Formats: sequence, C-alpha cells, structure tokens
Amino acid sequence: MSRPDRVVAGSFVVAILAAFGLFFVYLRGGQTQLEGALLFLTLGGIGVGLLVWAKRLMPQIVDETQSRHHAPVAEQEQQEAAETVMGGVDELKRRTFLSRLLVGAAGALGLAALFPIRSLGQVPGDTPFFTKWKRGSRLVDVGGNVVTTDTLNVDSFTTVFPEGSVGSADSQAVLIKVEPDLLQLPADRAEGAPEGLVCYSKVCTHAGCPLGLYLAADHELRCPCHQSTFNVLNGAKPVYGPAPRPLPQLLIEVDDDGSLVAKGDFTEPVGPAFWNITDGPP
Amino acid sequence: MISKRLVEGVDDRLDASSFIARNLKKVFPDHWSFMLGELALYSFILLILTGTFLAMFYVASPDQITYRGPYEPLQGRSVSLAYNSVLHLTFEVRAGLVMRQTHHWSALVFMAAIVAHMLRVFFTGAFRKPREMSWLLGVGLVVSGIGAGFTGYSLPDDLLSGVGLRIAYSIAQSIPFVGNWLASVFFGGEFPGTALLPRLLALHIFIIPLAILGLMSAHLAIVWHQTHTQFKGPDRTNETVTGTPVWPKFALKSVGLGFVTFGVLTLLGGLFQINPVWFYGPYVPYSGPSPSQPDWYAGWLEGLLRLWPNWEFTIFGVTIGELFLPAIVVPGIMFTLLAAWPFLEARFSGDRGWHNFAQKPREAPLRSGLGAAAVALMVVLFLAGSNDVLAKYLQIEVDTFNTVLRWSAFVLPVAAGVATFLVCRDLRDRPRSPIARPEAMTVRRTTAGGFEELHEPRAGAAADDEARAP
Repeated sequence: MSRPDRVVAGSFVVAILAAFGLFFVYLRGGQTQLEGALLFLTLGGIGVGLLVWAKRLMPQIVDETQSRHHAPVAEQEQQEAAETVMGGVDELKRRTFLSRLLVGAAGALGLAALFPIRSLGQVPGDTPFFTKWKRGSRLVDVGGNVVTTDTLNVDSFTTVFPEGSVGSADSQAVLIKVEPDLLQLPADRAEGAPEGLVCYSKVCTHAGCPLGLYLAADHELRCPCHQSTFNVLNGAKPVYGPAPRPLPQLLIEVDDDGSLVAKGDFTEPVGPAFWNITDGPP
Repeated sequence: MISKRLVEGVDDRLDASSFIARNLKKVFPDHWSFMLGELALYSFILLILTGTFLAMFYVASPDQITYRGPYEPLQGRSVSLAYNSVLHLTFEVRAGLVMRQTHHWSALVFMAAIVAHMLRVFFTGAFRKPREMSWLLGVGLVVSGIGAGFTGYSLPDDLLSGVGLRIAYSIAQSIPFVGNWLASVFFGGEFPGTALLPRLLALHIFIIPLAILGLMSAHLAIVWHQTHTQFKGPDRTNETVTGTPVWPKFALKSVGLGFVTFGVLTLLGGLFQINPVWFYGPYVPYSGPSPSQPDWYAGWLEGLLRLWPNWEFTIFGVTIGELFLPAIVVPGIMFTLLAAWPFLEARFSGDRGWHNFAQKPREAPLRSGLGAAAVALMVVLFLAGSNDVLAKYLQIEVDTFNTVLRWSAFVLPVAAGVATFLVCRDLRDRPRSPIARPEAMTVRRTTAGGFEELHEPRAGAAADDEARAP
C-alpha cells in the first residue's frame, strides 16, 4: 500500500471505529463532549479520506478547456426569442379593455388576500397609551409584597408593579430612594415623590429594554442594552446614549398604612416613541 | 448501487444520457476561494438535519408551568412550555444538546461562509455581467440568513432572546403610521403578546428555510450553468473555461469538504458551549441580562443602534421614533446599495461587457477602495455592537469608547478606502508584480571570455502582463 492509500484506509477505519463509539456512548446514556468528538472523528474521517483519495490517488487530470456554452447568443436567436415573447404580450394588449379589467381583477384579489392579516391579532387601539396603573394602585415588588416607605434604604432601588399585575411588561416601574433634598423634579411632579421615593417606568424609551442598572453614585439609571442613561433626580431626563425622551414618571403617595400607592397612570405613554405618541389616545 | 445497468435504465426512461454525460464531463475552474460558497451550502445541509431533530421536541407555547426537570438552579421557577421544552431537549434527551449546539454553530458558520464568499465575489469582480443574478440571489440569502438566525435564537424564550424580541417590537413600532398596528398584529397584542412563538416557529422552520432553499437552488443552478469565473492565465480566454471535470475527482473533493465541514461543526457543537439558555434563565419582561449581545451577524445592526445619536423628530405631526433611522432606513439603504452594486458599477464605469475572468483587487482600485471602506465601517459597527464588553475588557468608560467608535465610523472607512485605493492603483500601474519570479534568462559565454544575456521571456509572461492591464 502506498502512503496515500494508508492514509485513506486509516481515515475510513477511524470513521468506522468512531461510529461504533457513538453507538456505545449513546447506549450508555450519552455524553455531549464525547458525542461531539466522535462525530468529528467519524464525519471528519470520511471527509479526509475522500479528500486524500481525490487529491493523491486519482490520476492527475490535466486541465481541460471547454467552451462556455452560454456564450453571448447569436443576435438572431435573441431577436427571435424576444419577438416570440412580445408576440404574446401584444396579443394580450390588443384587447385593451379586457387586459385592463384583468389587471383590476388581479389587484382586487391581491387586496382581498391582504385582509386575513388582520385576523392575526388585535389592532392596538389605545393600549400603547395606558398601563395597568390606576389611581390608588398599591406598589408591590416582584414577589407581590406591598412596598412601604420602609422598604428601601437611600440609594437602593427595586422593581415594582401595580398590585395584581406582577410581571406586567408595560406597567413595570423602578422605585428609587434618594436623599429628598437632592430631587429637582418639575414643580407639578414634586408632590409625587414622598420621602425621596421616586418612581419611573422601567421600559427604556429607546428600544424598550428593562432598565436594570442603577448607578447610585451618579443617581443614574442605565439600560443594559444600548447604554441609554437617565438622571433620576430631575425627572429621568436622558443624559447619555440613544434614548431621546425622559422616562415617564409614576407619581406616588403614601397611604394611611405606610404603603405606597400610585396617584394615577404614568405621566406619558411608556416605552419608545411611535408615530402618534404625542396625539394622545384616539 | 451505481452500475452500468442503472445508467442505461435511467436513459431508457428519461432519455437522459446526453444530459448525464455532458454534466459529468463539465469542467469547473479550481481555486481555493471557491470553497467558501460550498462551506455555506454544507452548513445549511447540517442546519436542516439538526434542525429537523430539534423540531421534534420544541413546543411553541408561552403558557407557564413550573420547571421540574433535572437542572437544579431553575427547579420551581415558572417557565414557558417553550423554554421548558428546550431545557428538556438539552438535559434529558440523549444527543439533544450536541444537536442543539451543532445547529447554533452551523448557523454562525453558515453566515460567516456567506459573508466571506460575498467578499471574494466582490473583490474579484465576479458579480459582473453575466453573473448579476447570482449576486442578487446571494444578497437575498444574506437577508434570509439574518432572518433565520433571529427567529431561531428567539424561539427558546430565554431571557436574552426576550430582550431581542422587545427590541424588534420597538423597531416595528417606530415605523410611521402602521408601526403600532404591525407590531400588535404580529405579536398578538401589546408586548410580549400571546401569539408570537407559533409564528416565529412557522417563519423559522418553514417559510425562511423554504426561501433559502429556493434562492440557493437558483444560485447553484446558475453557477452550474455559467461555471465560475477564473483568473487570467496562459491559454485561458473569456469564452472558455479551464479546469477539472466534475466526475469523479471534483465531486469527491467537494463531498470530502462537506464531511470535514460536518465534522468540524459537530466538534464545535460537542465541545464549545453556545447559547446556554439555561444560564440566561426564562424570559421575564422586567429583567434583562447585562451584557446582552446578538449573534455575530446581527452585531453591526446592534452597533448602529448603540452609536446612533438620540434624534427624534416630528414631521407634520408625525413622530419619527429614534429607532426608525438606524434600525430600518439605514440598513435598508445599505442592503439596497449592496444589491444594486453590479448595476451601479456597470453604469458608472460604462463597462457592460461580458466577463468570465475574475479580477485581482488591484485591477479595479476604485471598487477595491470602496469595498475596503465598507468593510471598515462594518467592522466598527460590529465592535460597537459589543461596546460594553469591549470597554470593560479595555478598562475604559463605555462613553469614551463610544466617542472613539463614532469618530472611527467616519475616519476608518475613509482611511481604509484611500489606502486600499492607492495601494491597488500602484500595484496595477507597475509593469510587474514586485514579488513575481525574475524573468528566466539565458547567459552565454562569449569566445572572448565575457558573458552576454539572451533575453527570452519565460513562458506565460506575456499572458501575465495582459492580465495586469487595467
């Protein structure tokens, strides 16, 4: 046996052995890394065997030259084909009225066929403008526990939902406690942040990711997706990154029992902008 | 097996002998770079094979159950049936994990092979007439590939994929007039919606693969019909093709390459962890992993989102959301330019000739320069897609790094483009490649005892010179 012969034979033998190895591993309950290695050996063995066979054991073929059979066609042939096609088109066009009606029918059918798209789901209506927060909704954490004025220490934060809607994607909010005199909220919102507890929508106004990072030293919320950064002291105005609009604020107050409740829905629609966001609900 | 009788039997029924003989004897030019497209083809075959296995186990349902499988950190957590089915496949189905990881690796290599192949075709001018249709089909394959990838990694309903879907929802919402409507209808209501997973599944395992299969078949049929371009060389002409016949050597080599590709991909799938969805955890709308990155081929789109300034404006009362430009308009323009390139080049160069010779990049300095600029831009955007990870690795602030990247997005493409243009032009205008072998020469000793040179150009040098002509 020549050397390439031995290499090819060896590769195929490795492939066979590895394939049996795969049976064995499988019967013993499987093991991911071994399966990967054995698949590599069996598939790679076949591949290497074929490559060496083709390259070393097949007669060296001298390059052959063939005509490219799609050379530019003879002018005349091309003309003929074009005339055949156009002949048919002209035949259709001769009946102007009928051909226009045909186009109309096809268009109407196309339009009719578009309508089932509507069946796929509900139209948005006014849902983008509202969340589940209502006046008096109690703030609860991810576990459903009522949040009170004592829940947070200064410079810490938690995710809150309206009671009964834990996990709601559009109602999620972050509650942050800061030193009250640091807050520089607009006058009409100052009443909505008792004891330095300020609450914003957790949905980033850039691409909708949940704002998971709070940089306590700078009093900034940062989005893990595209690094949009919001200053929680001044109404969550964007200070860095691609987010163009501030986070909607949830104005809150303290209930008689010390629990926190919302004074209403967020100050603006939550999440990224859509075309009629400034128009208000239809 | 294959026998003389079989061939005769087929011919008796289909009258196929001339077809068979002609195609098996057909010659294809050989060059290592032609392997890139084949890599994509074989990765796709493995995607279909492994994907079929995965589809036997996947449950496309967002309904919640309590996880009770063997993976301890998640026991007792509320998870969707979809996520549960992926965990089941991963930890309880024998050979499940190797299939899943091989599928994911194959997708990454599929896209890498397509991109490398596209660069080869671009820089050698192999897209020129008569091959513009192959180019268009190829652009369709890039787009379909990104779509297949995105729908695929969204299916497991893990935390990372959920964040990706949230971004997709926001992007859809940013489209003027119809955005909210499209997003709500497709997702089945406000995010996260109730109807998405079965739709993603239909797209991922039926519609997009069918599109890829169709585009790929047409692409291959055209390549088979036209055969590849080839580089200039002795005795080669624009009207002929020089190479080895398909059967058996060429075919055996290609199938061998296919098996080696399968082998490497299964090795990656067995040994190298990819998309560990159990580690990310189930999707919940109020949480997101940090850092979060998409698969590599979507990195440039992610980079565009991260680098784009926070421009939002209102035109005639219609709000154009920040995402609309970087996520829809700019990628749309980029793909349109990519698809239109063969036609743009023909228009601006006035060259509408029929080209079966591949060019060296130096033969078209302007194209090569523009190509290099585009590649540089894509690299910057790709890096920007991981700006947080890279900034941490480089130990600089993300904000500083973003500033560097923003400048780079303008400076680097220009620098790379101009440098490539100048180098290519210089190489083109030299009479001979600086690294070519010296010309063969005969030296004769004269009767007087001195030497004289007899200039006889080495064989093929004339053809080389011709090849180098602009």
